[in-house]
Amino acid sequence: MFETMLSQSTFFAIMALFVLGAITALFFRKDDKLANLASSFFAILGSLLGIAYSIAAINSDAAIFYEIKSSFPLLSFNFNIDHLAAFFIFIISLISLFCSIYGIGYIKHYYGKYSIGGLGFFYNLFILGMLCVVTASNILFFLMVWEIMSLASYFLVIYERDKQENVKAGFLYFVMTHIGTAFIILALLLMYKFTGSFDFFAIKESAGSIPPLVKDIIFILALIGFGTKAGVIPFHIWLPSAHPAAPSHVSALMSGVMIKTGIYMMIRIFFDIFTDIPIWWGGVVLIIGAVSALLGVLYALTEHDLKKLLAYHSIENIGIILFGIGSALSFSSMGMNSFAILGLVAALFHTLNHATFKSLLFLSAGSVISKTHTGNIEEYGGLIKYMPQTAFFFLVGSMAISALPPFNGFFSEWLTFQALFEGIRSMGAAYRWIFIFSAGSLILTSGLALACFVKAFGITFLARPRSEHAKQAKESLFSLKFGMAALSAVCLLLGLFSGFLSGIFNNIVRGIRLFNGYEPAFSVSQSHIININSGFSSLSAPAIFVVLSLAGIAALAITRLLAKDQKVKIGATWDCGTDLGPRMEITATGFSRTIIMIFKGILKPSKQAEIEYRDANMRYFPKSRTLVLEISDVYRKYFYKPLYNFVLKISGQVKKIQSGNVNAYVLYIFTALILLLFFAV
Amino acid sequence: MAEIIIWIIQILILPALSPLCVGIIRKIKARFQNRQGASIFQPYNDLWKLFHKDEVISRDASWIFRFAPFAIFGATLAVSASIPIFASFLSNNFTGDILTIIYILAIGTFFLALAGLDVGGAFGGFGSSREMTVSSLAEGGLLFSLLVLSFVSGTTNLFSISGTIDSLSLASLLPVVLAFLGFFIALLAETARFPFDNPSTHLELTMIHEAMIIEYSGKRLALIEWASASKLLIFITLGSSLFFPWGIAQSLSLSAIIFGILVFLAKALIFCLAIAVIESGIAKLRLFRLPDLLLFSFILSIIAIGLTI
Repeated sequence: MFETMLSQSTFFAIMALFVLGAITALFFRKDDKLANLASSFFAILGSLLGIAYSIAAINSDAAIFYEIKSSFPLLSFNFNIDHLAAFFIFIISLISLFCSIYGIGYIKHYYGKYSIGGLGFFYNLFILGMLCVVTASNILFFLMVWEIMSLASYFLVIYERDKQENVKAGFLYFVMTHIGTAFIILALLLMYKFTGSFDFFAIKESAGSIPPLVKDIIFILALIGFGTKAGVIPFHIWLPSAHPAAPSHVSALMSGVMIKTGIYMMIRIFFDIFTDIPIWWGGVVLIIGAVSALLGVLYALTEHDLKKLLAYHSIENIGIILFGIGSALSFSSMGMNSFAILGLVAALFHTLNHATFKSLLFLSAGSVISKTHTGNIEEYGGLIKYMPQTAFFFLVGSMAISALPPFNGFFSEWLTFQALFEGIRSMGAAYRWIFIFSAGSLILTSGLALACFVKAFGITFLARPRSEHAKQAKESLFSLKFGMAALSAVCLLLGLFSGFLSGIFNNIVRGIRLFNGYEPAFSVSQSHIININSGFSSLSAPAIFVVLSLAGIAALAITRLLAKDQKVKIGATWDCGTDLGPRMEITATGFSRTIIMIFKGILKPSKQAEIEYRDANMRYFPKSRTLVLEISDVYRKYFYKPLYNFVLKISGQVKKIQSGNVNAYVLYIFTALILLLFFAV
Repeated sequence: MAEIIIWIIQILILPALSPLCVGIIRKIKARFQNRQGASIFQPYNDLWKLFHKDEVISRDASWIFRFAPFAIFGATLAVSASIPIFASFLSNNFTGDILTIIYILAIGTFFLALAGLDVGGAFGGFGSSREMTVSSLAEGGLLFSLLVLSFVSGTTNLFSISGTIDSLSLASLLPVVLAFLGFFIALLAETARFPFDNPSTHLELTMIHEAMIIEYSGKRLALIEWASASKLLIFITLGSSLFFPWGIAQSLSLSAIIFGILVFLAKALIFCLAIAVIESGIAKLRLFRLPDLLLFSFILSIIAIGLTI
C-alpha cells in the first residue's frame, strides 16, 4: 500500500490539487460562497493526500527523488523527499488540513467585504509554496518557490487592506523577508561557487571542498537569512505585526508552519550538507535561542493584542527549537553524535508540537476576534460563558504551550532540557556555561510562558465582560469548532504517544547524513518509557496521563465521600460594599505590570502622566487625567534605527554623483565599462 | 505483596500527614508569640468542618472555578505519590523525574491562578498576578538546586538520587549545601511562606495565595487548603529525602521501613521548626524585593552547579 502511495503521480497530485484550488478560487471569484468552497475543498483534499503521502514516505527506507528538466540551463525542477522533508510535508499538510476546515466557516465573515477568490488563490499558492520549499533540491528552483511562499503570504498579510496598520505590517514583512532572502541567495551562491553545482545532492557530495572560512561565512549568512524567516531575535521585527494582520487561519499557518521552513533549511544545511562543524556554531545558535526564547516571552507578556501575543510566543518557541539545534551542533562538533541525535529529536518534536498548539491558539483567537471584532484583550472578559467551546480549546492550547503534562509541549520541552543537561554534564569549560545559560533561560522562559497564558486565558475568557462587543459574542460555527477540536485532540495524542514518536524522530534524524549509523542517546521501552542516556532521566507519557487522571478521580471521590449533600448557593463576588463593575477587574496591563517592572532593565517601560485642570491657575480640580504606559522597542531604537540612519546617510553621499548632467553619466558608463573589461581579462 | 503495601503507605502518607504539618507550624509560631495556640490537630478539624459546610459560589464564576480545586488537589496527589518519602528502593521510572514533578505542580499553580481571575474580584486578580510572578521566578532556583543533586548522583530520577546521595564524597558537600540554600528559598516561595507571602493574613496589601482563594468556601476551600498543606509537605519531603537522605530505607525489610518512616517524621519536624522560626523571626518582604531573593536562590544553585561539574 505504501508503494502505491509513494508513486510520483501521488506527489504531483498533491501539488495539482493545490494548483486546482488556487485556479478554481480565481475562477469563481464572482461568487463568494463558491470560491470559498472550491478553494477549501481542494486544500482539504490536497492536505489529506499530503498526510498520507508523508506518512508513507517516512515509513519507506529509501529517499525519493523526482526530476523534471526545464529548458533553462542550471534550473531543473528537482524534488528530493527524504525522511526530513517528508516530516515537514507532514507538518504542513496536517496544519493546512485543520486550517482549511476552519477556513470554510471563518472566511464567511469576509463575504462581500474582500475578494474571497483572491484569498483562496493566495492561500492555496502559499501552501503549495511551502510544500515545494521543503522538497526542492535545486538552488534556483528553491529560491523560486521560496519567493512564491513569501509573496503569497505577503498578499495574505495585507488581505484586510482597508486597515492601514495591516498594509504597514505587510510592507515591513515584505522588506524584511527580502533582506532575509538576500542573505539566503548569498549563502547559496557561495555554496554553488565552491561546489560548482546548483543541485543540493551534488553540493552535498562535494561539500568537503568548501574551505572552512567560507563555511563559516555561509553559516552566518544562512543563520541570518533563514533566521529572519524563522523570526529569530533580532531579525523578528516583522513577525509580531505581520502574523496578526493576516486572517486567523493564515496566521495559524504562518506561525505554525511557515516560520518552520527556516528551521528546516537550517537543519538541512548545517547537518545534512555540512560535515565537520566548528564548535562555535553550536554556541552561537544556543545563545541566539536563549535570547529569542527569553525576550520573546517577555515581549509577549507586555502585549495586549491577542494575536500579537501569540506571535511573540512563536519567537519564544523558535528559541526553544534552536536550543535543540544548537545543542545538536555542539555535540556533533565534539564527536558526540548520539547526544546530537537527542538534541535534534527534541528540536523536531518541538517543531511539530509548536505547529499544533500554536495553530490551535491562533484558530481559537480567530474565533474570538471574529465574534468580538477586536483583538485587544482588555475589551474581552467573561467569554467562557458566551463561547464555551472556543474557551475550552484555547485552554488546551494554553496548557500545551505552557508545557503542562499530559499535553505535547511538555514532552518536547523535557527532551530539550535533557539535551541541555547532557551538554552541561559533558561539555568543556566555556561551552558548559553556555549550556547552563541556555537551561536557565529555558526554565525562566517556561515559567514566564505559564504566567503569560494565565493572563491570555484569564483576561480573555474569565471574569465579567468589559465591553459591549464581548457581551454579544456567540459561539462560532461548526467548521471552526471542528478544526479547533481536532487540533486539541492532536495536542493530547502527540503527548500520549511521545515515546512512540521519539522513535520515529530518531529514524528521521538518522536519515540525515551526519547521523548515519549512530545510535541515539535515548531509548524507548515497550512500556513507552523514554530513557535518556541509560538511566540519567526517564519518563513515561501514558503513565503520567494515568497518574494524573487517577489523582483527579481520587480528588473527586474524596470530596464525594466527605461532602455528601451540601448545598451550593449562587451569590455575588465579594465587593467590599460597592457594586463591582467591569472596571474593577484586573486588566492585562495590571496583570503583567509586576513582571514588567522586574524586567525593566530589558523592557524599558515608560510612564507618562498628564493632568488637565479645570482652572489653570487654581490647580485643585483636575478635568481629565491620562496615563500612558509604554514599552520601548529596544531593537528599533538601538539596532534598526541606527542602521536605517546609516543607510540614509550613505544614500545621501551616493546621491552626490547623481548630478543630472548627461555628460557625467556617460563618463560613469564609460568608466564602468573599462573597469569591467579590466576585471574580465 | 509487601511492595504493594509499601506503595499504598507511600501514596497515602503525604496527604494524610500534611494537615498535621501545618498544625505543628502554627503551634510553634503560637508558642513564639507567647500564645497557647490551637491543638496541632486543628487543621484536621478545619478540613472536616469545611467539607461539611454548604458553599457559596459567585455568579460570575465559570466551570474553571468549580473544577480548579480538583485539579489543584489532584496535582498534589500525583506528585506526592511520585517522590521518595521514606524508601528509596521503590523505583519509579514513570513519573519520578525532577522536571515531571515541577511541571505537574505547575498544573496546580495554573488552575489556582485562573480560579483567582475567574470570579472577577479585584483581590483574586492581583493574587493571581503576584502568584504567577513569584512562581515563574522561583522555578529556576527550584530546578537548578535539584539539578545539582542530579549532577552529583548522575540521575534526575528522584528515587535514584535519594538512594545514591548518601554515599557522597566530601568534595561535593559545599555545592550540595549551596544548592540546599537555593532550594529552601524556592520552598518558601512555592509554598507561600514568609518572607514571600503571609499564610495567615487577609490584608490585600500582603497576600498572594489567600487572595486567589478568597471566593472559595465549603468543600472546594477544604480541597484547596488541603492541597496547599500537601504542597508544603511535598517540598519538605523533597528537601529531606533528597538533600538529607540519611536513614531512608534502601531495602525491603520491616525494620528499615519503620526506621525510614520515623526518620522521615523527625526530619519533617525539623523542617517545620525551621519554617516556624523563620516566620516568627523575620518580616514579609516588599513585593519588589522578592525577585532579588529568588534571583539569589537561582544564582546560588548556578554556582553550585559550577562547583559540581
